[in-house]
Amino acid sequence: MTLTKTLLATTCLTFVAGIAGAESHGNMADSMTIVSWGGAYQQSQIKAYAEPYMEANPGVTITWDESSNEAVAKLRAQSEAGNITWDLVDVEGPDSQRLCDEGLAMEIDFNEVLAEGDDGSSAEDDFGPSVINECFIPQIVFSTTFGYRTDVAEWNGATPDSVCAIFDTETFPGKRSLEKRPKKNLEWALLCDGVAKDDLYDVLDEDGGVERALAKLDTIKDQVVWWSAGADTPQLLADGEVVMGSTYNGRLFSVIEEQKQPVAMLWDYEVFDFDGWIIPADLPEDRLNRVLDFVKFATDTQRLADQAKYISYGPARASSQPLVGQHADLGIDMAPHMPTNPANQKNFLVNNIEWWSDNQDDVESKFQSWLVK
Amino acid sequence: MTDTAATTATPEDTGPMLAADGTPLKRSLARALRAQKMRALALIAPLLIFVLLTFIAPIVDMLFRSVENQIVSDTLPRTTLALKDWDDSTGDLPGDDIFFAAYQDIFLAAEAKTHTRLGTRLNYEFTGVSSLFRKSGRGLDDIGEVYQDAFKDLDKDWDKGAPWVELMGSDDFVAEAQAWEKGDALPEFELRDGMADLLPLTAVAYEDFARFQRVEEEKSLLKEEPWTLVHTMLFRDLQAQDVSGYSGPRAEMLKAADALVDGGELPPLDVRTTFEKIDKDWMDVDVWETIKMYSPNYTNGYFLNAVDMQKTPDGPAWRDDDERIYGLLFKRTMFMSLVITFSCIALAYPVAFLLSNLPARTANLLMILVLLPFWTSLLVRTSAWKVMLQQQGVINDVLVWIGLVDDANRLVMINNQLGTIIAMTHILLPFMILPMYSVMSTIPQTYVRAAKSLGATNWTAFWRVYFPQSVPGIGAGSILVFILSIGYYITPEIVGGTTGTFISNRIAYHISSSLNWGLAAALGTILLAVVLILYWAYDKIVGIDNVKLGG
Repeated sequence: MTLTKTLLATTCLTFVAGIAGAESHGNMADSMTIVSWGGAYQQSQIKAYAEPYMEANPGVTITWDESSNEAVAKLRAQSEAGNITWDLVDVEGPDSQRLCDEGLAMEIDFNEVLAEGDDGSSAEDDFGPSVINECFIPQIVFSTTFGYRTDVAEWNGATPDSVCAIFDTETFPGKRSLEKRPKKNLEWALLCDGVAKDDLYDVLDEDGGVERALAKLDTIKDQVVWWSAGADTPQLLADGEVVMGSTYNGRLFSVIEEQKQPVAMLWDYEVFDFDGWIIPADLPEDRLNRVLDFVKFATDTQRLADQAKYISYGPARASSQPLVGQHADLGIDMAPHMPTNPANQKNFLVNNIEWWSDNQDDVESKFQSWLVK
Repeated sequence: MTDTAATTATPEDTGPMLAADGTPLKRSLARALRAQKMRALALIAPLLIFVLLTFIAPIVDMLFRSVENQIVSDTLPRTTLALKDWDDSTGDLPGDDIFFAAYQDIFLAAEAKTHTRLGTRLNYEFTGVSSLFRKSGRGLDDIGEVYQDAFKDLDKDWDKGAPWVELMGSDDFVAEAQAWEKGDALPEFELRDGMADLLPLTAVAYEDFARFQRVEEEKSLLKEEPWTLVHTMLFRDLQAQDVSGYSGPRAEMLKAADALVDGGELPPLDVRTTFEKIDKDWMDVDVWETIKMYSPNYTNGYFLNAVDMQKTPDGPAWRDDDERIYGLLFKRTMFMSLVITFSCIALAYPVAFLLSNLPARTANLLMILVLLPFWTSLLVRTSAWKVMLQQQGVINDVLVWIGLVDDANRLVMINNQLGTIIAMTHILLPFMILPMYSVMSTIPQTYVRAAKSLGATNWTAFWRVYFPQSVPGIGAGSILVFILSIGYYITPEIVGGTTGTFISNRIAYHISSSLNWGLAAALGTILLAVVLILYWAYDKIVGIDNVKLGG
């Protein structure tokens, strides 16, 4: 009896609250579920976007979910079940391409949905090259790059200054850690096999191109520890398990600057990637309106610049770059640690998302088959 | 009792035995039993339905994906139909009619945004189809734009929604469409009588357009100019059909367009060249072969992929050596699961023996030591093994410190098979200890004592008397551990490196990264079948009655 009453009362309350909410904000839902990666990155989003937004819109509640690494599969499952519970999802560029292709992400009219830059440029121009498909709302530029230990006795004082140091086991003996995926590794292998940056994907497209890259990787295969989670390389470097390894630049920043480990960062042919939001397709109108309102706020020039206070990833807007300030706790200047900093961009790579979306399955099976042999 | 005896003695004399109400006893009994069964079934019905709905149905649905392939014929209905008659053994490209069918299908799919989904699906089978479909969805508008522009230049009305509705729609529909107001349900489109004969292709395309506007866009036809596809179809119809007899609404407009088309100034329709311009891959016979091969609603393609084979026009064939992986992984999964099971038996048997022979107080205390790790998070335990086993880890440090191992040649115990076996043996050990303990604690100690008093040595008493009675516990534990370990993927992913990963790691990859759920389902189905076969074999060899979880 009591249970029924409580249920009834709650239902009535929710209903009334729903009506009240609908009236006070136009047709906007009062709550949102945002999906991100957890950890320091999600914390930076909460500080830079969500807290100011909730301050400006009291009464809005935001629920955070840490499922981004399986967002594609979960979104597909939700869509097949006809019950989309997420309102905004943080994904990497290539995943957004897949979601867009599958019709799981909503297509966006950039200039209409997003705020223009505070220098007056249109949203599309301001985001520039980070706009990689019709569904993807970019937030940050991150790069995958190498960190190395600065206290390796066997190196006799040599320090790596080129990405090809990973293949040079004579000068730089010791184990290396690489991601257990073909993407990025193949590009680096070909670069160090003498292929010019602009020809990388032409060579990969040729018969035997992938094999050539794998043959180069074969020369260090017994020296490699393969990682699958972003936290692996920082741990391996800190424990001295490997002497150099690839990971995301933000992770290296925290090993070097926050944990003060004897590790240094190598800015050479780092691979740029974008990370950003997608809005699930077919949201109900009230939830969609709330999300659009949030996204417009959270991706404006100031908010993107603010995020760099908490994590060393570069804002995706050109107009945000000059506003990047100091780290909120450490008080150090963040600009030199940004992947978007010109000094860090002497040599860099950008993944060809189209090539990878075509060849991912094929290359992945070749890579895995090479890996297990 | 006596009656029954009498009936069996002389059935032919008395006829069937009757119950009190006059029905034959047999039927009456059957009815009573049935009622009882139904009542019992009704009692468990909620649970049964719950299990069926939440447990069995999703699994069956997931496994079903390993053969399901409707997406190709759903997205390209005309093309797959037309391809049936195409002989792919000649090595010639399909004819113009198939290109024309593909134009219609892909155009419609692009409007509904399903072409990229199909591209992703076919890309699993043929590299490059994904971007091919994405480009084609964008590029096929070009074909009709020529005609759309030409008709528009001739008469502005060809570029508006209302004149088209008047031409194509029945009078009833025109009236309904005009009466429609925002917020009402949109009227269903109805074709004008005779239009299907007069302009057959245009009618079909326009009906598709009308359906799409009503269902997907929820917009009034009067406001929407038709797709370029409709203009192309109108051009084709006007080339082939005689419209001089038509006298309905917009007859003048139609006849003017007919005159324009008959004048021969418009470029002829050449779908094939447009396809070639969009991407030269369309001139690759293999692309069309792939579409044809995957046209049927059900496919064995996923299963072939799951055993390192592929569909070819000449039937299934092995994949190239450098792309084979699943056979190896299946074998490795089986082998390592067996190794893990046997190491669990070796470690768990003494522990369970000790536990069951100690006084209850001490046994319970020790049992907590077994269960404590069992209650700890899986990830914590796995990561702890990382700290222990890595080259700069605890074990290596100790070995170097006591001088057993040289600092330069530290042991490699992780990121390989050894790491997976050690970590998983530890993690699965409680599943072996618990059933063993529950069986051993029921073995009366008097048996061993009796054996000894009759002159058996300690070993004989154990091996001939105690051990056979503990076998059901080993059986139960082994089945648990083996089945759990072949499905494990977190631990192998973290400590397995490249040589210590299982088939489940690939399944997880296909579920969450590549989204190739069909292949994941096929791999899962094979795994399930292997388990069932092993279970059957176990039953034949050891006997499933010999498995005891307790008592």
